[in-house]
Amino acid sequence: MPVSATNSQTVYDALKACGIRLLSVLPETWLVHLVSLAEEDPEMVLVRLAKEEEGVGISAGAHLAGMKSAMLMQNHGLLASINGIVSLAQLYRIPLLMVVSHRGGFGEEHPWQTEGGGVTEHVLDALRIPYLTLDAPEHVAARVRQAVVLAESSLRPVALLLCRGLMWED
Amino acid sequence: MLRVDALSAIYPELARSIVVTNMGAAPAELFSLGHQPGFFYLWHSMGLASSVGLGIALSRPELQVVVIDGDGSLLMNLGSLTTMARYRPANLIHIVFDNEVLLSVGRSFTTATATGSDLAAIAAASGIPRTGTLRTEEELQSALKEALVARELSCLVAKVEPQGPASYFFDLHFLESRFQFQRHLRSLISPASPASPTEGDRR
Repeated sequence: MPVSATNSQTVYDALKACGIRLLSVLPETWLVHLVSLAEEDPEMVLVRLAKEEEGVGISAGAHLAGMKSAMLMQNHGLLASINGIVSLAQLYRIPLLMVVSHRGGFGEEHPWQTEGGGVTEHVLDALRIPYLTLDAPEHVAARVRQAVVLAESSLRPVALLLCRGLMWED
Repeated sequence: MLRVDALSAIYPELARSIVVTNMGAAPAELFSLGHQPGFFYLWHSMGLASSVGLGIALSRPELQVVVIDGDGSLLMNLGSLTTMARYRPANLIHIVFDNEVLLSVGRSFTTATATGSDLAAIAAASGIPRTGTLRTEEELQSALKEALVARELSCLVAKVEPQGPASYFFDLHFLESRFQFQRHLRSLISPASPASPTEGDRR
């Protein structure tokens, strides 16, 4: 499978270096290595979801309880989570870190991913959610750290978009 | 059974627990019985009370968490029952007040529990180890006390009348509540706490 194991490890290490100890996730192809790393890590609480919006509630609870967390999901999961993001994470000022695989962009061969790919950044803009792309391994650690710092200083959701150039070995 | 009477009957147990409520009538009625620093009320985010409670329960296994939910709210997030059952935290009790309507919209639109959907059966079939449907304050009180002693993930469905408070507003802004609740949970961290969840907060 051409999902990059090396770059998945880089992303995982960056999340752990920021103190993330709870990951809620709904698996998708680009996230398989990240989910496996969390499964094998005794220091990580992994919460496999039925639907992504649950993860907003779980991260809110984790934050209030003093645990650093992140959501791992596909961009369609971001679309499925919008009410929770707005009416819980934004309303209650929760520093929600969302790590989102940005399917449906340039190079995407699956037709069913392309509509979601086309709207993802516009939706983040409409929600006033700051985001950075992760498209090369060199800047992963710094951008993950910057995202965590901004989420915690602003007490608002922040997104990181996992891009094809980082996650997929064409 | 009226929900406010049911809440009153279990108030001593709630006051000793960390409580997360859904939106609407239940938080206003619980607040009217007496606010505690361990009570957290959702004003919106319909459906997510059980997920918030699960996040707290998994992050802080030493705390006893009770979620107060409703039939309409739970029906919006039924998958949460399967997620709770998958991780089965022993410190989480999910109480669902089932009045069979969407009460807060002003006219009593029925939910699917009015036409036979059985939330306790759905919870049991999801894998929640301890479930029950309770029809009186005494039944609910006993079931909650037994669940607390058993230290087992539980879903207790309390059938209540479709009546609520005169107003859903109460004098605690949700942001005030949010920071107060977070500070309270921080104050409950014991030095021997296994996860040391405050690590990284020093800057």
